[in-house]
Amino acid sequence: MKNFNFKSATSTKEATKLSSVKTTFLAGGMTLIPAMKLRLAAYSDLINIKKIKGISGIKVSSKSIRIGATTTHAEVAASKEVGKSIPSLAVLAEGIGDPQVRNRGTIGGSIANNDPAADYPSACLALNAIIHTSKRKIAADKFFKGMFETDLKKGELIESIEFQVPEKSGYAKFPNPASRYAIVGVYIAKFKNEVRAAITGAGNYVFRSNELEKALSANFSTSAIDKVNISSKELNSDIHASAEYRAHIIKVMAKKALSFS
Amino acid sequence: MANLVGARIERKEDKKFLTGKGRYTADINLSNQTYAYFVRSPHARAKITKVDHSKAKKAPGVVDVFTGDSVTKDKIGGLICGWKIVSQDGKDMKCPPHPVLAKDVVNFVGDHVAVVVAETLEQAKNAAELVNVSYKLLKPVIKTEKATSFENIHEGIDNNLSFDFILGDKGKTNEAFSKADKVVKLDLVNNRLIPNAMEPRAAIGDYNTSSDELTLYTASQNPHLDRLIMSAFNAVHPEHKFRIVSPDVGGGFGSKINVYAEDVVVAYASKKIGRPVKWVAERSESFMSDNHGRDHVTHAELALKSDGKIIGLKVDTIANLGAYSLVLAAVTPTYLYAPLVLGIYDIPAACCTVKGVYTNTAPTDAYRGAGRPEATYVIERIVTEAAKEIGMDQAEFRKKNFINKFPHQQCLVHNIDSGDYNAHLDKALELSDYKNFENRRSQSAKKGKLRGIGLSTYFEACGVAPSAVVMSIGAGVGLWESAEIRFNPTGNVSVFTGTHSHGQSHDTTFAQIVGDKLGVSIENIDIVHGDTDKGPFGMGTYGSRSLAVGGTAIVKACDKIIAKGKKVAAKMLEGKPEDIDFKGGEFILKNSNKKKTIGEIAFACYLPGTFGDVKSPLPEGVEPGLIETSFFDPSNFSFPSGSHICEVEVDEETGETKLVKYTVVDDFGTVINPLIVEGQVHGGVAQGVGQALYENAHYDESGQLTSASYMDYTMPRADNLPQITIDYTCTPATSNPLGAKGCGEAGTIAAPAAVMNAVIDAVGSDVSMPATAEKVWKVLKKNGSKKAAA
Ligand SMILES: Cc1cc2nc3c(=O)[nH]c(=O)nc-3n(C[C@H](O)[C@H](O)[C@H](O)COP(=O)(O)OP(=O)(O)OC[C@H]3O[C@@H](n4cnc5c(N)ncnc54)[C@H](O)[C@@H]3O)c2cc1C
Repeated sequence: MKNFNFKSATSTKEATKLSSVKTTFLAGGMTLIPAMKLRLAAYSDLINIKKIKGISGIKVSSKSIRIGATTTHAEVAASKEVGKSIPSLAVLAEGIGDPQVRNRGTIGGSIANNDPAADYPSACLALNAIIHTSKRKIAADKFFKGMFETDLKKGELIESIEFQVPEKSGYAKFPNPASRYAIVGVYIAKFKNEVRAAITGAGNYVFRSNELEKALSANFSTSAIDKVNISSKELNSDIHASAEYRAHIIKVMAKKALSFS
Repeated sequence: MANLVGARIERKEDKKFLTGKGRYTADINLSNQTYAYFVRSPHARAKITKVDHSKAKKAPGVVDVFTGDSVTKDKIGGLICGWKIVSQDGKDMKCPPHPVLAKDVVNFVGDHVAVVVAETLEQAKNAAELVNVSYKLLKPVIKTEKATSFENIHEGIDNNLSFDFILGDKGKTNEAFSKADKVVKLDLVNNRLIPNAMEPRAAIGDYNTSSDELTLYTASQNPHLDRLIMSAFNAVHPEHKFRIVSPDVGGGFGSKINVYAEDVVVAYASKKIGRPVKWVAERSESFMSDNHGRDHVTHAELALKSDGKIIGLKVDTIANLGAYSLVLAAVTPTYLYAPLVLGIYDIPAACCTVKGVYTNTAPTDAYRGAGRPEATYVIERIVTEAAKEIGMDQAEFRKKNFINKFPHQQCLVHNIDSGDYNAHLDKALELSDYKNFENRRSQSAKKGKLRGIGLSTYFEACGVAPSAVVMSIGAGVGLWESAEIRFNPTGNVSVFTGTHSHGQSHDTTFAQIVGDKLGVSIENIDIVHGDTDKGPFGMGTYGSRSLAVGGTAIVKACDKIIAKGKKVAAKMLEGKPEDIDFKGGEFILKNSNKKKTIGEIAFACYLPGTFGDVKSPLPEGVEPGLIETSFFDPSNFSFPSGSHICEVEVDEETGETKLVKYTVVDDFGTVINPLIVEGQVHGGVAQGVGQALYENAHYDESGQLTSASYMDYTMPRADNLPQITIDYTCTPATSNPLGAKGCGEAGTIAAPAAVMNAVIDAVGSDVSMPATAEKVWKVLKKNGSKKAAA
């Protein structure tokens, strides 16, 4: 790891002020630190955001759950409120990594990083989330832009993520046996006037499946999924799974997600 | 005193390991120490046209930079193949030069090119980025089966063929096949594995410029052998001025047998700069540059009579040696493999050929089981297939062909001294409720799962090994073992063993043996290993040899202690040595109540002054002190065997395999500590399951290792394993007085075949290792499964 300065911000304002092209924010460090250790990334300054007040914790209303950016996966997994109003979100958090990762990794870090195999981005798309940043509000549909790429500008800090409470929802993950990230993760949420289905792990980055959404909007049942045709064309192929296999697993996980809902 | 041998005693070493108080090479820091970082080849095959380290040398904190030119100039020898074998045509195997720092060519991604030595590790790494190596890229060969038809990657080694080995009588085997009613054929791939010891390799060279003494701390399974090789072949330093310390070592599995380039280079660099030089592998270096294991492509044929009797076996294997030939690279796929393909069956004629080939991949060598897992995989897969093809129950088929008279001279090499194969199979069938399997299969089907059952009645040869035998077939050293028992004047005991414990629990097992032999409590016994300056020359630990060979040396040294003790006791008790009995730590004069404890005798041996009314307790001609050394060379290998029965459930939709039941019955001969043995079996089975279902060292066509981290290399984890039922049968080994056969590798040897037989039974057709979800799914889909196709 190359040397860097370590700075701690106590407010969003301070954090954005400290930030420049050579710096980056440090949340749980579960992604950032390994990348720096492998010398894939190097910065002049790391700006610790874990000391910023007001960007951690869970707030629940009847319509939405708002989770502060530095809230850990373990906190979301253990939250009674989340378990009650969007149980699938708690299930998702419980299935990330291992206890060490869940106790340090944060939702803001996960979303800012936008790993193509990460779990949370699928929740953001399926639960029609609003990403609250130091500058603005961004709809999840506009937030995820590409592999490890988001709409965040340099120095823009995620403060919280606001998930809409659906009528029903479910998340099912087919883990990569080595890393246990998602080879395929399918998040399905049924709202009053729409069904949203988001898929992670299978493509370049998280995406919504038109095919699944259309079929499930017409008929919210596993038999509807059976009839869907998922194309493998744009899907990933790697040493763990071919595109063809991923396309098949999307359907299997979609049915599983539905059965959880 | 209660019997220690056979008792489930908790490990003496647990406390330090479980509380983080172990002392590994990386924990050692010497004053004035420098740090080494290696520049490695990013290419699978290339010519080195220039190594420019001028910038690196000037970088902050850099003490020196060494390259292939430096080691050549200083006449540092290359790495060696320690056991050379001979081809069918009588010619010696071919070994390419293997310099410790590459000079002209690199042959795999991770090959060592230069080393930067600096004041801090960060400085060494920063400077390493400034070493400019110019490469002329060459096309690499990666795949085992393509090697012989590719251009030569090493000068003078045609067809990339190191050796073309044969074992067995080809004529007799062909004759047997001509009489067969049925011939069963099978093509098998034994996947390449990465050892993944928990502790990465590490080495510290420490040269003392005033005394001319060199100390190397290194995570090794065999420090004396390392010293011998590094003195005799690498010309690092003369043996009598050279000490190697292998302190706590966190797992080896064969990957810490070799003298590696890093060992030689840090020792050499320390001599050059006159300061300690430390290197600790990063995990990615472990993936790239630890020796890999297995990587065979095999065609096998089994000749049968219509009644199910096996009459012949033919096996043809290509073994991928990787880029160079390491210490045990050639013996592992030949003598440790070919004789074992017979399994525990009475097969009258057999022939096994092995082509050892070079490719642009990490060198392979012994990996837990070394040759025997590969052999077991061949025979246990093909007998299962044979039973299926002739419509016989697979357990019955095995029993029909089991060897049942001992000693048994196999048609290839081994003379098996003892065993009872029906006994362990019957017990395993009983424990696993084999007869009701079909009920379980239909219950699983109701849950939508395909259930399968797999047997592996394995056999292995370990307790390596009779020196005369192994040296007659190419071994560079004998494989005896040493022990020294030192009674200290206060009555406690230091036991020096030439074996090395890196997970095998010698501190406890050996203490149990000595405790029983000498009647000393195990708290008063210390097992010392891993330092060439402490005990006598020893061969180290691999091939499940430590108890059978090293343990026996300890027993023999104890016998010498007792013999001397009797002489001393006789004088002190005023009797004759032949009238002294030794029992439970006491020397007793027959037909009397006169006795001395062994502690009193030890005390007397060290303080032979006036002792009561005896002037000196030492009889004439008996030297003071109570230290005895013994070397043991076994008369034969030992032959553990056993039965593994595995049941799996396969998810038809996803192809995922789940182990649901696993039963093991082993015949390890005498078991010293069942608790420890079960730990060895658990770990072994997990490793075997890893090979069968998860692990795979994957190189892409350009020779990049695409499974070079835990993100991509799948290790078996606790949640992948079911409760394992373990039991024993016992036919003691006759080749050592303990009756011990060895248990360290058995789980890994048996499990891949048991698991794969179960998977194949579940899905109904062949699947190769690792049976990943996608692979199984593809087979199911091909077989017409609706769920897989949906
Ligand atoms: C062993 C292991 C297993 C894992 N398994 C999984 C898994 O199964 N599923 C899964 O989804 N993830 C997994 N992860 C990733 C884990 O969820 C990470 O915690 C997460 O991706 C990053 O969160 P972090 O808080 O650690 O972020 P950091 O590593 O601190 O930061 C990551 C990036 O996000 C930026 N960032 C952080 N917070 C903010 C913010 N509030 N605003 C703007 N930018 C920000 C940082 O600058 C940095 O670029 C795993 C990680 C590990 C190490």
